[in-house]
Amino acid sequence: MRASVVRNGPTSVIEPIDSIVKVRGISKAYGNVEALRGIDLDFPRGKLTSLLGPSGCGKTTLLKIIAGLIDADAGTVAVEGKTVTRPGPERAFVFQDFALMPWATVIRNVAFGLELRGTRKAEREDIARHYIAEVGLASFEDKYPHELSGGMRQRVGLARALSVKADVLLLDEPFSAVDEQNRRKFQEDLIRLRTNQNKTFIFVTHSIEEAVYISDRIVLLSPRPGRISQIIEPDIDRSGDPERIHRDKHYLDTVDEIWRGLKRYVE
Amino acid sequence: MATIVRTESEAGGLAPFAGGHAARGWRDQPVMLRLLSVVLFAAIWEIAGRIPVSFAFPTFFDTMVAFFGLLADGSMAKAYLSTLQPLVLGVVLSAFLGVGLGTLCGLWRTGEWLLIPMFIVLQAAPVAAFIPMVTFIYGIGMTAKTLAVMILALPVIVLNTYKAVRNVNESLLVMCRSFLGTRWQTVAKIILPDASPVIFAGLRLGVAAGFVGVVLAELLITPTGIGDLITFHRSRADYAEMYATIGSIIALSTLTLVFLQWVEVRVFRPEKRGA
Repeated sequence: MRASVVRNGPTSVIEPIDSIVKVRGISKAYGNVEALRGIDLDFPRGKLTSLLGPSGCGKTTLLKIIAGLIDADAGTVAVEGKTVTRPGPERAFVFQDFALMPWATVIRNVAFGLELRGTRKAEREDIARHYIAEVGLASFEDKYPHELSGGMRQRVGLARALSVKADVLLLDEPFSAVDEQNRRKFQEDLIRLRTNQNKTFIFVTHSIEEAVYISDRIVLLSPRPGRISQIIEPDIDRSGDPERIHRDKHYLDTVDEIWRGLKRYVE
Repeated sequence: MATIVRTESEAGGLAPFAGGHAARGWRDQPVMLRLLSVVLFAAIWEIAGRIPVSFAFPTFFDTMVAFFGLLADGSMAKAYLSTLQPLVLGVVLSAFLGVGLGTLCGLWRTGEWLLIPMFIVLQAAPVAAFIPMVTFIYGIGMTAKTLAVMILALPVIVLNTYKAVRNVNESLLVMCRSFLGTRWQTVAKIILPDASPVIFAGLRLGVAAGFVGVVLAELLITPTGIGDLITFHRSRADYAEMYATIGSIIALSTLTLVFLQWVEVRVFRPEKRGA
């Protein structure tokens, strides 16, 4: 199956892209189960790219290989032209289950990446405080994770990833453990955050609506073995009211189109 | 709704508020509840002593009188001076050694294979049976008593620490790695804090076992300290004094455990404060 790039909009010519993360020939098997086969993928700088697909398509595996948390059986991942096999300062991860230290306050959790890097306490707390405010948690600095809702906990996870000032943010189904209302609010905030952070986001999700709502580029993966089936660049204007996107024609068409493509993989 | 509240408070002044406060009352006050439980316990003891259940069972009141008598004549202080030395030494050594060995076994496969089976056997064995053997090798001095404390306290501390370190939250380990934590940082900042509740559970069991060890040693090895005080008063049929001594060591053991819990919450798990 060849990967095809589909654009919903007037432009159909693919201009050369400046990609910050390059994935070449990545394969990975768990025993007899082939999770990924021969993945080639470029992630454009400053864009939000979603990895979307049904469960078992290897999207989280691919994200963790890019993060350097899982070793690939074959292939390479290059960030800014340098091949990486382990976690590095230019990438930061946001975890599906938040992965917050229950014994640490919000501010210590957010500053933890910097703490591990040996940044002085006053300095790292200043930085942490800035990003806590950025994700909308100002005044919650001294709370413990168990005092926060699921949505707020993931905001802490996001602030922690932002604090280390990595160029690439890797988000592993960040909203799947967050309730629906909080998820929508969070998605809106993420759109706003993207425009003023100028970072590259790689976002794993199984929600078609979520992918179309927030992504510049959607990579559709098919399962068993995980391969790229389609790349879609939804042409949606995200300036202005984020509520409006849900009623945007392109938004609705793209969701439909992706669903038609994915349907056959769902029993 | 708001209007009604205002009228009430204007009409009754502070009375409704004070009434509400009293209605919540002693049931929400843990300190009061605990005191009540102590008073109830003392009352039942007093009644049982007055029946009497046995001629060797003194009343609560007599026991308290005997306790202050032992405090006043200095025999209690002298006994504790000699008991506390092997106890404190043994417990402190067991705590550090146990947490150290347990952590090592949790992190390092070879250590696990070498040591864990031995501690499982030690924990399962009726260790008091070893005490005559300890006396045979180390005589009747301080070393033997400290060892008696340690063989009782160490296994449970090692095994709990080992299990806690082994079952540390996997996702926090991955998180630490992804944010470039070194091996040492992972141990110090993730593994030990995450394992601390189970480690401290082991420490509490270990300290309690250490108290058992020291009393056993003083009853079986050398009649000194608290063990001697118990034996001495039993032999003279001073049952009130005997019970006062036993009660005092139980109280000391309990206070030590409470202190340990305080240290745990204070130092390692601040989020549990007030919970």
